[in-house]
Amino acid sequence: MQYMFLIYLDEAKFAVMSQPERDAFGNGMLDYDEELKASGHYVTAEPLKAPSEATTVRRWNGALTTTDGPFMETKEHLSGFVLVQARDLNEAIQLAGRMPLATVGSIEVRPLDVLERS
Amino acid sequence: MGLAGPTELDAVWRQHSRKVLATLIRLLRDFDLAEEALHDAFLVAANKWPREGMPDNPSAWLISAGRFRALDKLRQRACFDTAQAELALLLADTESAEETHLADDQLRLIFTCCHPDLAPEAQVALTLREVCGLTTEEIARAFLIRTPTLAQRIVRAKLRIKEAGLPYEIPAQEELPGRLDSVLRVIYLVFNEGYSAHSGDSIVRAELSVEAVRLGRLLAGLLPDGEVLGLLGLMLLNEARRQARQTSTGDVVLLADQDRSLWDRAMMAEGTILIEQAFRQHQVGPYVLQGAIAAVHAAASSAAETDWNEILGLYGILRRAAPSPIVQLNRAIAVSMVRGPAAALPLVQSMLDTGQLADYHLAHVAEADLLRQLGRNELAKAAYVRALQLCRLEPERRLLQRRLAELAPS
Repeated sequence: MQYMFLIYLDEAKFAVMSQPERDAFGNGMLDYDEELKASGHYVTAEPLKAPSEATTVRRWNGALTTTDGPFMETKEHLSGFVLVQARDLNEAIQLAGRMPLATVGSIEVRPLDVLERS
Repeated sequence: MGLAGPTELDAVWRQHSRKVLATLIRLLRDFDLAEEALHDAFLVAANKWPREGMPDNPSAWLISAGRFRALDKLRQRACFDTAQAELALLLADTESAEETHLADDQLRLIFTCCHPDLAPEAQVALTLREVCGLTTEEIARAFLIRTPTLAQRIVRAKLRIKEAGLPYEIPAQEELPGRLDSVLRVIYLVFNEGYSAHSGDSIVRAELSVEAVRLGRLLAGLLPDGEVLGLLGLMLLNEARRQARQTSTGDVVLLADQDRSLWDRAMMAEGTILIEQAFRQHQVGPYVLQGAIAAVHAAASSAAETDWNEILGLYGILRRAAPSPIVQLNRAIAVSMVRGPAAALPLVQSMLDTGQLADYHLAHVAEADLLRQLGRNELAKAAYVRALQLCRLEPERRLLQRRLAELAPS
């Protein structure tokens, strides 16, 4: 099964860090990707730009509208994702728990769904 | 030595992965690290075996590959502290992976997963995942609970094992009876969940029963204690009736109405032999007794030929060995077969009156059946209605509705 790890981070926590500290997380995540590739769990992974770069799109009642920023006002923002192939949810949780960013942020683990034409 | 393609690798995975995992858990003393190591070992095998051929002893090869990969990982990871340094040293010295060793490791794993310090539902979840190799999603589906809830249960149980330092070992002789109890309970619970689910639209969830029987066989092979044989015998004697227990449309067929030609006679014979073996060991506990009762049913070529005197006698012993309201209720049914419904009705009614089993639908079914046999149809109908209110299992509900319809004045 494939599982999406949605990485939620509070930018305030990074603002107070030194540059080497921030770099350690970035490099740690790249190492983590390599580890996932080596173990055959890796599908894809990308970071996302800051929430201030986000645009929320809606087409409610037929009219296209856009708003600046993310949909929800929360302290932690979606900051990146990793898609893995794992045996089951417990293996996925294990993999997510080893992610360096799990020590400062929250990782939401969601199984991918299958959308079938009906 | 033969070259290994994907089919051979699949076969090796099915045959060896659980054993290899059990040994890796003992060596690494960490469920998650062991699972990772198992995964890595198979990855290396998938790379090497197709080119270099399959080793003569695949489990030993996989254990060795797994432990090397784990050692590498421990070295790489920043969290390499002193405890892990000791562990790494431990890992560095070699050790043989003989078959007896592998079997002992599986037994250790069963005892750890069923440790009494873990919550009962965690014991079941952990056993099915770690010993039987079912996925979290499969277990959640079988027990009708949300996958995240079950996953959390497994995570917590592993944490508990680690933090409380629950030993990864086969209990000493003097501890064995108590510890074995919880193992047998877990296996029987898994069996019953597969045999007769508490709710849902099918009474048969074959996979779980098959796993329970497999666990029972494994345990009986390693620890042929009377009650272990008894439980395996009991499960086989019940499992043998699976085909006859429901119609093609999923309706319940009661024991008395079952087509006995559908019973798996070979399985019944195996179960009966196990029960006899247990009796010869003079260790006659609750599982052996329940197995003996199932064996009496198996011996009857028709419902009418059932030796109910023998069954009543066995319930009498079971009632003393393991007193419980369910045993009392089943004994009452045996009483009705030997002495008639009028003798059994007060037994059932007094249990319902005292509040024992008042929420258990089968107690109301028993009362209703007895009242029906005595021709007291109005009271029987009321009892069936009470049973229907408590019963969540669709096929059983349909059976109760049929009974109610039969009683309605035409």
